[in-house]
Amino acid sequence: METFNYVKAPSVEKALASAHEGKFIAGGTTLVDLMKLHVETPKTLVDINLLPLEKIEKLPDGGLRIGAMVRNSDLAWNEEVKKSYPVLSEALLSGASPQLRNMATTGGNLLQRTRCMYFREPNAGTPEGYGCNKRTPGSGCAAMEGFNRMHAVLGTSDKCIATHPSDMCVAMVALEAVIHVEGPKGKRTIPIADFHKLPGETPHIENALEPGDLITYVDLPKPQEGAKSTYLKLRDRASYEFALASAAIVARVEGGHIRYIRVAMGGVGTKPWRSREAEAALIGKSANAATFKAAAEAALAKAKPHKDNAFKVELAKRCLVRSLKNATATA
Amino acid sequence: MADSIDTRFRHLRSRTPEHSNHQLAPDQQSVELEPLGLESAKVRVSRRSFLGGIGATSFLAGTAPLAAASPVEEPIQEQTEAAGGITLTLRVNGKEYPLKNLDPRATLLDTLRERIHLTGTKKGCDHGQCGACTVHVNGRRVNSCLSFALMHQGDEITTIEGVGQPGNLHPMQAAFVEHDGYQCGYCTSGQIMSAVALLKEPIGSTDDEVKQAMSGNICRCGAYTNILAAVKQVRSRA
Repeated sequence: METFNYVKAPSVEKALASAHEGKFIAGGTTLVDLMKLHVETPKTLVDINLLPLEKIEKLPDGGLRIGAMVRNSDLAWNEEVKKSYPVLSEALLSGASPQLRNMATTGGNLLQRTRCMYFREPNAGTPEGYGCNKRTPGSGCAAMEGFNRMHAVLGTSDKCIATHPSDMCVAMVALEAVIHVEGPKGKRTIPIADFHKLPGETPHIENALEPGDLITYVDLPKPQEGAKSTYLKLRDRASYEFALASAAIVARVEGGHIRYIRVAMGGVGTKPWRSREAEAALIGKSANAATFKAAAEAALAKAKPHKDNAFKVELAKRCLVRSLKNATATA
Repeated sequence: MADSIDTRFRHLRSRTPEHSNHQLAPDQQSVELEPLGLESAKVRVSRRSFLGGIGATSFLAGTAPLAAASPVEEPIQEQTEAAGGITLTLRVNGKEYPLKNLDPRATLLDTLRERIHLTGTKKGCDHGQCGACTVHVNGRRVNSCLSFALMHQGDEITTIEGVGQPGNLHPMQAAFVEHDGYQCGYCTSGQIMSAVALLKEPIGSTDDEVKQAMSGNICRCGAYTNILAAVKQVRSRA
């Protein structure tokens, strides 16, 4: 690990003032891991654990404001989240381990980095290592022809096929969360659909943050009245594993017809994946198996599998069909 | 497991060969000067002497590697005079440990083991994947390998040594003994730290829910069935 300077920020203002010096550190579950692998080499760590951003509050409009420092376990077990946004609680509890969830924060999870083993390989991008365009732009992508069973089938480019690993983000995409940011240019908000970037030609640019930006809150809109939400995660073992395919669904069915639908997928995309194609195939339709199958086909129509991950296309379809069935089932 | 000095400090080592020994950080230098735990031997038990003495002792002695690892009387002051290290006080098991010349890169895990000499907390993967390093920070279980020590000034840290000692075992430690919840024992302190924390978490009562809640702790010997039995017994009596 490269050494670093350490600054403990007592306030958002102080954190922003120190931001140019390096990286913010909150739970550290991604950053410390990647520093040990020499993937991250910050010159300075700005510790933001003292910032007063650890609250979950109801908003006047009926929404929910989640502080960036709220730990994953606290968010998952929050009564309001369990009652009004169960998809988020389920997604959080399906991710990582209890120890990691006690450390990981809401803001940090938005910035979770890929588990692609070529990205995490200590010598990636060096003459003796594998190429990784995300880690060392221009060094190539070893995953293309390498072991790519865990890699993405949606949103890929010829520069990168790394999967976005977060479960929380998938639920937040289905809930249409809004991310609050403070930075050198002041405060602004970013809808989560615009927050994560497709790899395209620049896989090292993963999100809409600019240098010095700090995530302060995530707002969830008022819960959809009468809607049901669920998260289904399929993986190699029952717990403590990243998704091969997952689905976050928010659905309202009236008189047997789908009147509100949001579909997001994890484990298959280079970013937390909103499937507007699936939503278009579902809205207004009768909530039945044929509709769900058509929506799943639409969601994966543009999938581009590689050598080892073609199974994900079928798995993701079945994941969608089953979770749509769960989310639209009448009690 | 791979607990040699070489692997334990792999992440502190510079990648670049031109960084030779004289440029190493204070913690790295001190480690090379003091290989393994035979220094300050007055209160510490080496693995060899412990294993040699175990033969005729009672069944309960099986927990000794967890609990008796090192009830250190005084924190050991490093002799290194190198500049630039961090000065920090950690509060562990209710006791203050002032530390000087701490390398900013030192994880909470390495600091507990190598500076405070509480070696009950184990290093497994060093990447937050195995749970062997689980400790409590302010009452919550965390992976001490993924946290820098310098981020824990003022925190209340509890290690396996603070949970219970021979003759005064925590009910969870006693249940692990009773149900044989281990084989080699390397993951056991982390398992017990998770299991003790779990008692205060909103976890359901089914086997599946308990297994899920314990899934952050890997046991290569596969003692899961017995671990589950131990956790369930303590929960049912709580």
